[in-house]
Amino acid sequence: MNAAAPSRFERLRPVLSLAMNGASIVALLIGWELLGRSGAFSRFLLPPLSLVLGRVADDVMSGLFLTDVVQTLYRTLIGFSISAVLGIVIGVLIARIRFVNWLFDPIVSVGFPTPKIAFLPVFMLWFGVYNLSKIALIAFNAIFPVIIATIAGTQAVEKELVWSARSLGARGREVLWEVVLPAALPQIITGLQVALPIALVIALVTELLMGGTGIGGTMIRAARFADSLGVFAGIVEIAVVGWILIKGMELMRRRLLVWHAEVESVSTV
Amino acid sequence: MTGALTALYRYVPLLLLAALWEGLTRFGIVSDLVLPPLSGVIASWFTLFEDGGILYHTGASLLRGVSGLGLAIAVGTTLGVLMAWIVPIRVVFRPIVQMFYPIPKSALIPIMMIWLGFGDASKIVLIFLGCMLPVTVSAFNGARGVDRVLIWSARSLGATRGEVLREVIAPAALPEILSGIRTALALSFLLLVSSELLISREGLGYLIGNFGDAGIYTSMFAVVLTVSALGFAADRLYLLFVRRVLAWRE
Repeated sequence: MNAAAPSRFERLRPVLSLAMNGASIVALLIGWELLGRSGAFSRFLLPPLSLVLGRVADDVMSGLFLTDVVQTLYRTLIGFSISAVLGIVIGVLIARIRFVNWLFDPIVSVGFPTPKIAFLPVFMLWFGVYNLSKIALIAFNAIFPVIIATIAGTQAVEKELVWSARSLGARGREVLWEVVLPAALPQIITGLQVALPIALVIALVTELLMGGTGIGGTMIRAARFADSLGVFAGIVEIAVVGWILIKGMELMRRRLLVWHAEVESVSTV
Repeated sequence: MTGALTALYRYVPLLLLAALWEGLTRFGIVSDLVLPPLSGVIASWFTLFEDGGILYHTGASLLRGVSGLGLAIAVGTTLGVLMAWIVPIRVVFRPIVQMFYPIPKSALIPIMMIWLGFGDASKIVLIFLGCMLPVTVSAFNGARGVDRVLIWSARSLGATRGEVLREVIAPAALPEILSGIRTALALSFLLLVSSELLISREGLGYLIGNFGDAGIYTSMFAVVLTVSALGFAADRLYLLFVRRVLAWRE
């Protein structure tokens, strides 16, 4: 890449970006507050930010925030972990064993793009409306990107690496654990990074639709009782959870791939 | 001929799955209160098809999905490319996009209940807002990733800014934009079905919930399979379209 002559903006960027990054968010939040107070919309349609934050503070104090966040995180992470472990196992088996490949490949390629959320009433029928059906549906939705990334990663491992390990006397299992899986890890983690937001989206949907505890359950109760403050507070709370999960995943990627010559970690924007 | 045979052989496992479903329920290994036999589900699909019910609700759902997704693609692509192309727009919108990105899109559903209630508008706006961010981000990344040398060459050959945008940036960013739209397509089905399950009086999601509540499980499974087939078909058609559009790259 040629060294570009820095443009006007390019040179000022470090100074500008820090100030500007905050500026538009602050402007948005102030705009929300002013619009909410202006009376252009009713308090019901758009409660001012300060009232919403007050409600969040109330929820934090009463302990509702903590119990809801823990419930939602618990379901998301359990469902995600099941899909991660099963997805990697199934992916490796599909990539390495011809019969498994024949049996599962069409099921995976049909299952991946299918809107699995349509099965929610089926899961309610089979597993009830509590944690079991919620977690099962989360895992069912999140597993496909993991399987597909694992297959792609495992199949893309350079043959020379495997041959070298073999010629140095490594056996099948050693090759898998010491060579194939580490080499496929960046792709597998990318699959996990796709699966985690899916797990959170589905966790929230199951809570909205089945009710009960968790942020989604509290939000849908608030919506049904026309408690719009409760709904907006729920958005703020789920935003916190989403942010923690995505940042945590990026951190994990950097930890696990310290040894890897990745140029830069995948970021959302 | 061999191609058709290989394809058939490839999809044998799906037929096995269907046969397993039918067998388990036929021989009473699984109660039909839990899983109605596949043949019964297919029969009730034809009943739903003949009385026009499923067509009407499919139409209602597709109208919502297409409008919401269409808006999301139009606005999202424009915003993403402008963010990459014009610095002040990037400075204003990038932090906002980053802030909203980690929020699960399904959190919008209760907001839409409050703002727009039961009808079409709440679903269309939900899909529009939910699907816009993935499209924006992919358009932004695609347009930013364009090789600067290409832009300079075009400029030095006398292209105006508008021409560069149309002739250089748009085609170069296209693959990334198209893959962002695929994500948005899957998301639109998710948002559509879950919002219709929750708050609606028409549409396929409503139909699923309605049959489920009434305990008519053959019809419920028929609609669930219809939604799955529609989602799958939409994705495959989209991939075909993408291959067409990107054919020049080969």
